[in-house]
Amino acid sequence: MNLLKKLDKSSRRNYFSYVLVTAAFLIVTFMNQGGLLNKKMQGLLVPVCCYIIMALSLNLTVGIMGELSLGHAGFMSLGAFTGVVVSQSLIEVIPNEALRLCVAILCGAAVAAVGGFLIGLPVLRLRGDYLAIVTLAFGEIIMDIINCLIVGHDANGVHIIFNFKGDKSVADLNLLEGGKAIIKGAQGAVGTKTISSFTAGFVLILITLFIIINFVRSRTGRAVLAIRDNRIAAESVGIDVMKHKMIAFVISTTLAGAAGALYGLNFTGITAAKFNFNTSILVLVFVVLGGLGNLMGSIIAATVLYILPEALRQFADYRMLIYAIVLILVMLATNNPKVKNLFLKIIPTRKKGKGE
Amino acid sequence: MKEFEKGRMVPVPSHSIIPERDIGKTPVLECVHLGIEFGGLKAVDDFNFTIGKTEIAGLIGPNGAGKTTVFNLLTKVYSPTHGTIMLNGDDITSKTTVQVSKLGIARTFQNIRLFSDLSVEDNVRVGLHNQVKYTTFDGVLRLPSFWKKEKAFHERAMDLLSIFDMQDMAATKAGSLPYGAQRRLEIVRALATDPKLLLLDEPAAGMNPNETAELMENIVKIRDTFQIAVLLIEHDMKLVMGICEGICVLNFGKIIAKGTAEEIQTNPEVIKAYLGNNSMEG
Repeated sequence: MNLLKKLDKSSRRNYFSYVLVTAAFLIVTFMNQGGLLNKKMQGLLVPVCCYIIMALSLNLTVGIMGELSLGHAGFMSLGAFTGVVVSQSLIEVIPNEALRLCVAILCGAAVAAVGGFLIGLPVLRLRGDYLAIVTLAFGEIIMDIINCLIVGHDANGVHIIFNFKGDKSVADLNLLEGGKAIIKGAQGAVGTKTISSFTAGFVLILITLFIIINFVRSRTGRAVLAIRDNRIAAESVGIDVMKHKMIAFVISTTLAGAAGALYGLNFTGITAAKFNFNTSILVLVFVVLGGLGNLMGSIIAATVLYILPEALRQFADYRMLIYAIVLILVMLATNNPKVKNLFLKIIPTRKKGKGE
Repeated sequence: MKEFEKGRMVPVPSHSIIPERDIGKTPVLECVHLGIEFGGLKAVDDFNFTIGKTEIAGLIGPNGAGKTTVFNLLTKVYSPTHGTIMLNGDDITSKTTVQVSKLGIARTFQNIRLFSDLSVEDNVRVGLHNQVKYTTFDGVLRLPSFWKKEKAFHERAMDLLSIFDMQDMAATKAGSLPYGAQRRLEIVRALATDPKLLLLDEPAAGMNPNETAELMENIVKIRDTFQIAVLLIEHDMKLVMGICEGICVLNFGKIIAKGTAEEIQTNPEVIKAYLGNNSMEG
């Protein structure tokens, strides 16, 4: 208790989010083992983890850096397809699934980081909404490029061809006997061996939280917050705006790539169209509803809003109606001062009880 | 906690605006024919000005005279279209705002620009950004250098806040401070960058006479402790005449007078600029 008192308010809140995520993981795992989750819910576990990581990483760009990104799904798709290619081509080399998943996630994250760096290089120099416009275009371009991509793997290694004119097929890869196609153009990745697990998702969420929380409370993170609050003042005390925005943006896209790799390896087949503009907006909705800069809010919003449409399937036509009402209620709960005060009244009384 | 020597006023007998003790040393700032044009409008024209190493200088003039533009030129918010700026004998005309800050010019703003969502202490820590360093990697992984350097950040921030007795407010959000405290915090943040020249844009604006008197003492204290030069824009003549050793009067972008307080007060050009032409009289 003494240790808890020593921590200031924000670090207490941060540790609380680690604890909450761990608790949620344990509860769901026990529920799963006890047979309380149906097949559909089990299938949602890994995607939920991916979307939580996506929301957290986008919160770094939108909430903490204060720049709008409308193509976050593009970075996710970079990670997803890189992850799939790496994992599928390393099946013989690394038979251990957990290790292969780690390697795939790292590669996906690295490619997304490079993508983020290349996008940021021209755009982060500018002021205004340019990042939103460019990331929007980037998301669409990446989708089209992957739609043209044919990738296969055989004893000689990985073969890649671009099918821009639509006249090529898997046969053009000239794979040796025993080789197999990994990505088949518009059909996307097919026949992927699924190696993602809920535990991996949980660990990745914790790593994401760890990185973002520590980043914000470090020297670089403070500089990023300062730039968001007042760019001119930040420059006047000698903070390189471009460099610090770049660091934050690359971390954000890296985490999106990691989430993408986990996501891609959770399905036997996945198409580039899955990571379209709607997905980017969906993640943005999680971030905005959870509260800009509020990590815990992003986690809760992503979980609730991702599971809700699936859980509401039984209401058929009324599904999106209920979804919209829930969106409005969440917005009220996080932004309406009256509702907020109500929460504040409840929480301190509880804390007092615990302390004594 | 740092103890400051009692503020000591330095009389300037000479006609030069550089105080005696700074003569023979390189001036901290030297502007030669500095000027900027905005589409034909000469906002600042032929600005020649020198500040000694430990001088407190004042820049005054009627509204719209181009005083803040001079500050924006010195900190490279605007790029000058004419002339050169020398800091400690080095040409800084083509440097960027960030480089100028690293080289030793710090400023405050007329309309306060704090990081209002950050705490008071974090505002100062941001000011210390280039003084205490560790990499992003150290910070994210919380390696030993993170803890060591963050401790240094904390100590230096508290030390600087003690100039204005603001240690108690360290955890407060900067945006929720009272107006006077926000102005003081801006000065502390500027000092955190370890400047050689401190530019204060209307530091006493919105302060009551007691606060202004305290601020005057503090500016002198800061100069004596840190051994830096201060250039301030101010409309409060009591403050300007009280502490500035050299005063420069600007009107319509041009220097109309330079000198000590007494010289400025009796200069007919200055009186004309402030009070208008006396042709109305009899």
